[in-house]
Amino acid sequence: MAASHPPTVPQICATFGNDPTRLVDIARQVQETYGHVGPASIDAIGRALRIPRVEVESLVTFYSFLSKQPKGRVVIRLCNDIIDRMHGFDQVLAAFTAELGIGVGQTSSDGITLETTACIGLCDQAPAALVNDVPVTELNSDRARQIVRELRKHMDPKQLVTKLGDGNNAHELVRSMVRNNIRRHSDAEGGDNGAEPRIVLSPHAPPEALRKALSISPAEVIRAIKTSRLRGRGGAGFPTGIKWEFTRAAPGARKVVICNADEGEPGTFKDRVLLTERPDRVFAGMTIAGYAIGAHEGILYLRAEYAYLRPFLEMVLQRRRQAGLLGPDLLGKGKHTFDIRIQMGAGAYVCGEETALITSCEGRRGDPKNRPPFPAQRGYLGLPTTVNNVETLCAVTKIMEEGSATFCEHGSKQSSGTKLLSISGDCLRPGVYEVVFGTPLRRVLAMAGAENAAAVQIGGPSGQMVGRDHYDRTICFDDLATGGAMMVFGPQRNLLEVVHAFLDFFADESCGFCTPCRVGTVQLKRLIEKVMAGRGEPADLETMEQIGRTMKTASRCGLGQTAANPVLSTLKNFRPVYMGLVHTDPDGYRRGFDLEGAVRTSETLTGRASIHV
Amino acid sequence: MANDISFTIDGVEVAAAPGQTIIEAAEAAGIYIPRLCHKPGLEPFGGCRVCTVKSNGRPCSACTQPVAPGMVVENDTEELRALRRDLVELLFVEGNHFCMFCEKSGHCELQALAYRFGIAAPRFDYTWPARQVDMSHPDILVDHNRCILCGRCVRTSRQVDGKNVFQFVGRGHEKRLAVNAEADLGATDAAVTDAAVGACPVGALLKKRIGFATPVGRRPYDERPIGTDIETAAARKE
Ligand SMILES: Cc1cc2nc3c(=O)[nH]c(=O)nc-3n(C[C@H](O)[C@H](O)[C@H](O)COP(=O)(O)O)c2cc1C
Ligand code: SF4
Ligand code: FES
Repeated sequence: MAASHPPTVPQICATFGNDPTRLVDIARQVQETYGHVGPASIDAIGRALRIPRVEVESLVTFYSFLSKQPKGRVVIRLCNDIIDRMHGFDQVLAAFTAELGIGVGQTSSDGITLETTACIGLCDQAPAALVNDVPVTELNSDRARQIVRELRKHMDPKQLVTKLGDGNNAHELVRSMVRNNIRRHSDAEGGDNGAEPRIVLSPHAPPEALRKALSISPAEVIRAIKTSRLRGRGGAGFPTGIKWEFTRAAPGARKVVICNADEGEPGTFKDRVLLTERPDRVFAGMTIAGYAIGAHEGILYLRAEYAYLRPFLEMVLQRRRQAGLLGPDLLGKGKHTFDIRIQMGAGAYVCGEETALITSCEGRRGDPKNRPPFPAQRGYLGLPTTVNNVETLCAVTKIMEEGSATFCEHGSKQSSGTKLLSISGDCLRPGVYEVVFGTPLRRVLAMAGAENAAAVQIGGPSGQMVGRDHYDRTICFDDLATGGAMMVFGPQRNLLEVVHAFLDFFADESCGFCTPCRVGTVQLKRLIEKVMAGRGEPADLETMEQIGRTMKTASRCGLGQTAANPVLSTLKNFRPVYMGLVHTDPDGYRRGFDLEGAVRTSETLTGRASIHV
Repeated sequence: MANDISFTIDGVEVAAAPGQTIIEAAEAAGIYIPRLCHKPGLEPFGGCRVCTVKSNGRPCSACTQPVAPGMVVENDTEELRALRRDLVELLFVEGNHFCMFCEKSGHCELQALAYRFGIAAPRFDYTWPARQVDMSHPDILVDHNRCILCGRCVRTSRQVDGKNVFQFVGRGHEKRLAVNAEADLGATDAAVTDAAVGACPVGALLKKRIGFATPVGRRPYDERPIGTDIETAAARKE
């Protein structure tokens, strides 16, 4: 007989109406209450929700923030992103392990678990970690040891925050040490303040945009968005107005707006800043989208790493309800009903992909869906759904505030408006920059104090790595398209280490549904390791390119389709780095073959040493 | 329904009914599109990607993509043959596949695809994962070494047997098949008569005590390459 389940599991299930579509929330709460979702809880949840236990297990084993094994009362998750690695990750990790007396993945006898995690959206203040929900930033080995000692005294992560960050980071419902690092061009020497307009980052007065939207018809709202030529800021760049039109036209009385706040692309953190400083603009954008497509429900999908923002965001939603900006009758005009709920993620990069995000909102493991049908036809629970990025929705609000024409004054025909960039790595002024589309990379690097950059990763690991001969290219959809991440690498960095870190990330974050991504990422990682170890041959580079092509063409979703980009773009733009490391054996032997390693077991078993000549 | 949709596969005109997928329409027309996770009668999955074709120049999985009038499908091209070889080789190096000891040899769809594609040995790096064999059930065994995560047993159990014996757990390279019990297959309601047991394309899910019944040389794929049935069925019809 299995052990009895923790006592309140059935109550937790009941809080969510024993509704299987809320399984992510239920599992999160069981995890939070009991430190794990163990076999007995899995059974109990399955019974309460009337679903097979293996469905529950399937979900629990998918998300990084859920676990079948017990964890401590406090979990330290140190970000292992490449940027954190460049800023002292190794030393901080060593300090944590030494002070706790445990390794990664283990729990100390006094209930502190140590883990590493993918990018937590704090590259501009790296190294950083989450202690339960609480971000701690700019760590060093002293601070790490001190954190452990303090935790041992009070086991309360909130007390680790002594100095509050700027803006709403200091709000009583946030109380975080995170800083916004919103930068201006004028921060740079000789910088010119007027040259960089503020659009999505400009101050926001709540009722204005919604009032204007409700004063015209939904079709006119869509027309205004189409006229603005707004394209999605989440990476794919799909025209927002057209997406809305499809969703509006799809049959069905019930439709849904989802705001994608999963922000999982390593090196991206601009959505975190918008959610902290411009939450009303984000929610107004969702509400306008709801009015335009005929939806009454909105979901903000917030990544687990940003859980510290949730109480604040819930308060903003509540305030909007009181002000009539959300609820049964928006602004008392008798025109539209709309409300928003927050869906927490549970640690999975792939859930930023819109169909995986929808699956996750439905309470399932975040496997992407087959397309067609597209979300606009059948999305969340089979309902026509529009998914938009946080920044896209902020732009929507701005377009309503000031009109399409004003918005189009910035940028180019194909790329109107501005783009938020999250800049980190080897630069003097890491942070969030708002630049007009068409700005040359060289100028962006100068703003950030990164003139010395030897390589820049545009758009995060799924984007491309470019070198000095690309710095006159421009940030826009037709040239250097980006979801906003920009990681700067100085001449002292080993690019293959960067590539390896990215592949490690993709291999761990692949959902595992399709062959090319699940197996290809692992194969590419092993090939890079072989090249880095000096065992590579020129033919290995061709194998990498071949696997990369197959992943691009055959993968089921954008994750696998772009997961080979770190390899493909560095092989294209930095080939000499590889050529310096691969050799053909003069005697025709396979350099990758490790003869000593291959015979080691038999040597041990027979007690005899082989002679290698 | 009337076959009133017309499109082409490698230049050959194909008639299809609305709602059909490319793979279904191709099969009815006697054109074999290689596949692993697709099994007629089951909900399309789209996981193995072996059926990848190009439709109007864009890659898609033929087992999930609905037909559309006038679409131009590429199937048997050098690029797609190379891609399918890669996928089959990736599956070989991901698991532990020792065809010479496997009772599914000669019946195995993965092995048969390798033969059809002329694969002698994978070019990729064997990962030799440590995986379990579950012998707990009296009549059925699960050898995880050979599982290719195609989901055919998962879907058959649910959609044909009306049970939920199988599901996947874990993510990415740690994804694996699991059963609906804390312990093992023996603790589930799986029965040897379940259609799910016969749904496995490889030797991961087998009935006990029936292996090696057909002599080597007379096993299905010894005699005719995989896909031949589809290619000749249409010829017979003509
Ligand atoms: C693996 C993967 C991760 C993604 N992560 C995000 C994300 O964190 N945030 C986001 O807005 N879009 C992300 N996207 C893009 C979404 O699929 C989708 O295109 C976007 O949310 C649509 O909104 P937009 O049109 O406003 O950009 C991701 C895509 C992929 C393939
Ligand atoms: S490409 Fe395939 S394995 Fe990778 S995340 Fe997408 S569906 Fe999952
Ligand atoms: S047969 Fe189409 S993806 Fe497997």
